[in-house]
Amino acid sequence: MAERAEERGVIPAQLAARRSWRLPPIVQRLLTMPLRDPFAFVGIVIYLLFLLVAVFADRLATTDPTEILFLSTGKVAANMPPGAEYPLGTTNLGRDIYAQLVHGTESALAVGLSAALIVALVGTVVGLVAGYFGGWIDALLMRIADMALSLPFLPFVIVLIGFLGPDTSNVVLAVVLLLWPNSARVIRSQVLSLRERSYVEAARVTGASQARILFVHIAPNILPLSFVYAAIAIGWAIITEASVSFLGFGDPDNVSWGMMLQDAFASQALSRGQYAWFVPPGVCIILVVVAGFFISRGYEEVFMPRLRR
Amino acid sequence: MSALVELRDVVKHFPVSRSLGEIVRGRHPAVRALDGVSLEIGASDAVAVVGESGCGKTTLGRLMLKLTEPSAGAITFDGTALGGLSGASLRAFRRQAQLVFQNPFDALNPRFTIYRAVAEPLLNAGIPRAEHADRVAQAFRRVHLPDLERYLDRYPHQLSGGQLQRVVLARALVLAPRFLVADEPVSMLDVSVRAGILALLREVRDDMGLTAVYISHDLALVRYLCERTVVMYLGTMVEDGPTAEIVRNPRHPYTRALVAAVPVPDADQARAPLPIAGNVPDAREPPSGCRFRDRCPHAFARCAEEAPALRETADGHRVACHLDN
Ligand SMILES: Nc1ncnc2c1ncn2[C@@H]1O[C@H](COP(=O)(O)OP(=O)(O)OP(=O)(O)O)[C@@H](O)[C@H]1O
Ligand SMILES: [Mg+2]
Repeated sequence: MAERAEERGVIPAQLAARRSWRLPPIVQRLLTMPLRDPFAFVGIVIYLLFLLVAVFADRLATTDPTEILFLSTGKVAANMPPGAEYPLGTTNLGRDIYAQLVHGTESALAVGLSAALIVALVGTVVGLVAGYFGGWIDALLMRIADMALSLPFLPFVIVLIGFLGPDTSNVVLAVVLLLWPNSARVIRSQVLSLRERSYVEAARVTGASQARILFVHIAPNILPLSFVYAAIAIGWAIITEASVSFLGFGDPDNVSWGMMLQDAFASQALSRGQYAWFVPPGVCIILVVVAGFFISRGYEEVFMPRLRR
Repeated sequence: MSALVELRDVVKHFPVSRSLGEIVRGRHPAVRALDGVSLEIGASDAVAVVGESGCGKTTLGRLMLKLTEPSAGAITFDGTALGGLSGASLRAFRRQAQLVFQNPFDALNPRFTIYRAVAEPLLNAGIPRAEHADRVAQAFRRVHLPDLERYLDRYPHQLSGGQLQRVVLARALVLAPRFLVADEPVSMLDVSVRAGILALLREVRDDMGLTAVYISHDLALVRYLCERTVVMYLGTMVEDGPTAEIVRNPRHPYTRALVAAVPVPDADQARAPLPIAGNVPDAREPPSGCRFRDRCPHAFARCAEEAPALRETADGHRVACHLDN
């Protein structure tokens, strides 16, 4: 009894001492991944740069990108070459290309990040529910996923925008509708195998609720997959927005890189040698998409090989 | 002595995907994991369930813990039918019946510290957090891991198999259950630590007065733990009786083969093949009549026609064999 009384005092104190706050291992690995994978590091640096540009866009480019500029002579400042006043020159309608490029970053990131967030959210929830509950819910969700996967990408986006109107949020909607099945399917199959693990059965036998099993014992294991699919969705969303804008179905009020390319193409910038008009937005699109690819690849390599035992 | 766990004509079939021919002929093939098992386990009894791989031992254990539902038949725990449990009554049952897993490397959430894993049953049972540390410490002492300091903040991959199995047992005991199922608790462990875990299981059961079911394919191991043994073959019980009796005087031809395969009391030795021909038949299409007949050296005409019922013999066994009638 004396021994017990002593331990009563000792053990909670020990435990309190070790309750020092510590990041869960999964977060630790998420944070340290870029240090181990140079490509992912480059990808993250590119994203951070674009993020800074988007946040400080108004200060980096003080000119309104849609404003038509005039020379002191009163003529429209059309097709100006790059110079001190207009770093990348002006368009054939006298708009500042540099300002368009900077503000295009905003719209690209807005499209990319919102699509990524929603794709990851929808894919994760559908994958968890289908995999864990199985039965007719699973069958129904997976048939819907199959249908979504069989849609042709760009034609579907264009038709949807034709119906709903040329709004950027409709581009995001289209991308989400097309991309959620990929993440949902992979997450579902992961859940199917996790569900059979002994420790999940152990949680059941010790009386854990369904919600606790699903969100505490299963979900943390598939979160890395959600990240991977989010990173992939960023690139796809930006490319889609650019393609749609380039094809002329974009939001006319929205300044984006795809719209710049479309503008340059339609006014024959290439034949006039106005490389500063279309090369920078093209390079930006490539950079963002490649960065997204590097990051998703990095997470894939860190998390997919095998869950730590 | 009243029964704590009771199974009556329990059947468990697992449907398997149908071939085109089977669909056309309107057949529903199924793995017949258990086919009519009736069993009473008295309070504070320790029962061994032995049989070859695939005979339905794990399925039996999972049914008794309501981890899966029977296709037919009834299971009761302390007089209450498991089929009717849900919500609060199910949670009450979960506090009383626990499981020790075959593979300790998979039985603990890799993202949980040892402390969190052992405290989880307390959390699920709604026991105030202030009591957790104390009760975890108590469970650790029970499984002879008194050196708390060393384990609490570790993750499962940092522990050895033997230590993990002790942690798994601590988690099972932390709620002080009445009923414990151990499914091949040492088969995945290094031979050097098996004896220690078996001794611990024995000690824990004696100390806590647990009702226990030990599942094994090895008669030699359970002989040490259980007074009573149930022998299973392809989803049916073929013999049931006191362990000592079964080892000394096996009645069913299959039990005889199992006993003959038991090596000299040295659990470390590799198992000898059973001294009977052939393999366990496909559980989808078991032989007619007695399921053991195509491997049985004594099979005769009646064995193909009629499935032998489990009958009491003079020396207190129950045996399902036509030879005994
Ligand atoms: N979830 C399931 N779905 C389909 N078939 C199953 C399932 N679980 C078990 N079975 C089948 O039921 C039969 C009995 O399985 P069970 O796991 O109970 O055997 P066991 O005696 O524990 O074998 P082992 O010694 O290999 O663990 C086997 O034929 C197995 O394939
Ligand atoms: Mg088994």
